[in-house]
Amino acid sequence: MEDSLGRRILTFVLGWGVALLLFFPIFWMALTSFKTEAEAVTAQLMFTPTLDSYREVLSRADYLGFALNSVVVSVGGTVLALLLAIPAAYSMAFHPTARTRSTLLWMLSTKMLPSVGVLVPIYLLFRSAGLLDTRSGLVIIYALMNLPIVVWMLFTFYKEVPREILEAGRMDGARTGGEVWFLLLPLTLPGVASTGLLSLILCWNEAFWSLNLTSSSAAPLTAFIASFSSPEGLFFAKLSAASTMAVAPILVFGWFSQRQLVRGLTFGAVK
Amino acid sequence: MATLTLRGLRKSFGTTEVIKGIDLDIAEREFVVFVGPSGCGKSTLLRMIAGLEPITAGELRIDDKRVNEVGPADRGLAMVFQSYALYPHMTVRQNMGFALRLARVPKAERDRKVNEASRILQLDPYLERRPKDLSGGQRQRVAIGRAIVRDPKVFLFDEPLSNLDAALRGQMRIELSRLHEELNATMIYVTHDQIEAMTMAEKIVVLRAGEIEQVGSPLELYHHPINLFVAGFIGSPRMNMLAVKVVATNPSGTEVELASGARLIVPSSGGARVGDAVTLGIRPEALRPDPNGVLQGEVRLVEQLGGLTLLHVAAEGIDDMTVQIEGSNGTRMHQSVRLSVDTSACHLFDSSGLALAHLTRHPLLAA
Repeated sequence: MEDSLGRRILTFVLGWGVALLLFFPIFWMALTSFKTEAEAVTAQLMFTPTLDSYREVLSRADYLGFALNSVVVSVGGTVLALLLAIPAAYSMAFHPTARTRSTLLWMLSTKMLPSVGVLVPIYLLFRSAGLLDTRSGLVIIYALMNLPIVVWMLFTFYKEVPREILEAGRMDGARTGGEVWFLLLPLTLPGVASTGLLSLILCWNEAFWSLNLTSSSAAPLTAFIASFSSPEGLFFAKLSAASTMAVAPILVFGWFSQRQLVRGLTFGAVK
Repeated sequence: MATLTLRGLRKSFGTTEVIKGIDLDIAEREFVVFVGPSGCGKSTLLRMIAGLEPITAGELRIDDKRVNEVGPADRGLAMVFQSYALYPHMTVRQNMGFALRLARVPKAERDRKVNEASRILQLDPYLERRPKDLSGGQRQRVAIGRAIVRDPKVFLFDEPLSNLDAALRGQMRIELSRLHEELNATMIYVTHDQIEAMTMAEKIVVLRAGEIEQVGSPLELYHHPINLFVAGFIGSPRMNMLAVKVVATNPSGTEVELASGARLIVPSSGGARVGDAVTLGIRPEALRPDPNGVLQGEVRLVEQLGGLTLLHVAAEGIDDMTVQIEGSNGTRMHQSVRLSVDTSACHLFDSSGLALAHLTRHPLLAA
């Protein structure tokens, strides 16, 4: 179908408009991080860039320690979620029972519950289990938090795999493990990868649980940002510098993996 | 090589029973074809033998060992699927060697077996390609190769040719028959195409609605169908069915009266009594244009196949009677014809559809 010129202009304007709108806060944050605290509260665009805020932030807090925690809990949470979700999605996709659909819906429905609703019980459980302010604690909570989405995504990717390919594998002598390892995983690798990427990003950006369940030793970058937001009032330049440093790794990561992400999210053709 | 024994095999999905008690023996090196209309349960039966569908009741024995509870991986069977079900991420070589890799066969041995299968199936030029770079016929051969490499007890084929075009299908039929000869293997083949059944099978199992209608050699089924269903299903073009009335029974057969009043003596006998309404089945090749013929009708359509010609004749009591004659016959459309009937190739079926037994066996089957 040939698009008219007017339509193309409209698409162009809308597309860029939405993109800029989404990008603007990040742009403003990065801009503010190079200002002095005095300039930061103004909206001026002309200023002499300075790295003072970065210096200040780095000297006051152990950025690398926070960053390492972020990497460990995000990767850990994602790996654990995938380990649990791959067999779950496999059995739901290829050996469904009458209750599979409702189980999936129920899993998704847990995402609709506000996290704060279970904060107290989870906090108490973590305290008695000695998981407060530990990386393992965050890994567990992140894996559980992302599990419904990860299972759902894997389930839809697995659904695309023709059943007969796995049956052929079984006739060839594969047991369940062999089916998953030699056939299902290679066939759905783009899907599994994009699921993992999404989970990684969600873990990295998660703030509620990390702020409430950690204090120092296991605190990830979200806690690092938060530590610049209060005691002596708001210091926008330093806050921006901290935020920029916190989002930079995942932003760079997302930039390089966007191809994989898009491919995975539009994945379909197995044949 | 193996024998298969099916005893009272049943399969239910929920409350619907789709396989209703199958008893069957399959001998070593036999080429058995399950044939029937879609929904008759033939594929389900094959999948039960494969182990892909659990058996609800009854017993399946391979080499006289009960295998009901044995998983597909351990039954030692190989299956060729309708959709080929090749592994898209593997090359042809890897596809064919997958079973051996799972069985931890050393690489040298694996390569030898794959090369051997590839030689039989002429797949050598394609060994390093992926399935998506192959044509339908080549994919089919890879799927067969994957089965051959395993040296299975029994080969199972689930409508393997139905995705191929007509020319290729004809060619593959010959290749499969040759393969059966060369491998000396027990094969079970499922199809809805009675031509495939007739051309390849040593034993045909006609299924309908989850039950066996008749088991026999292709010619047995063709010349001695036990009921109307088998008679109508086996043979192409289809057998012509006419409603007739029994007027006399005598030692030389049963005399029937057609709608036109013409009478024929069919060399069959059975429980039919004078006055019974029965069905007369006439194979298209048992009819011949003949000025003194007992049937009369008008040619509605002529299908010239070259060597053969099919006439579609409207006669009293039947709107479309197929007549198969030599291609050199010049009968034209709208012409009025008289037809003689070779009554030795006719069949009578009683009101419940069961065949009245022929008085003599077909000469090819007499032994």
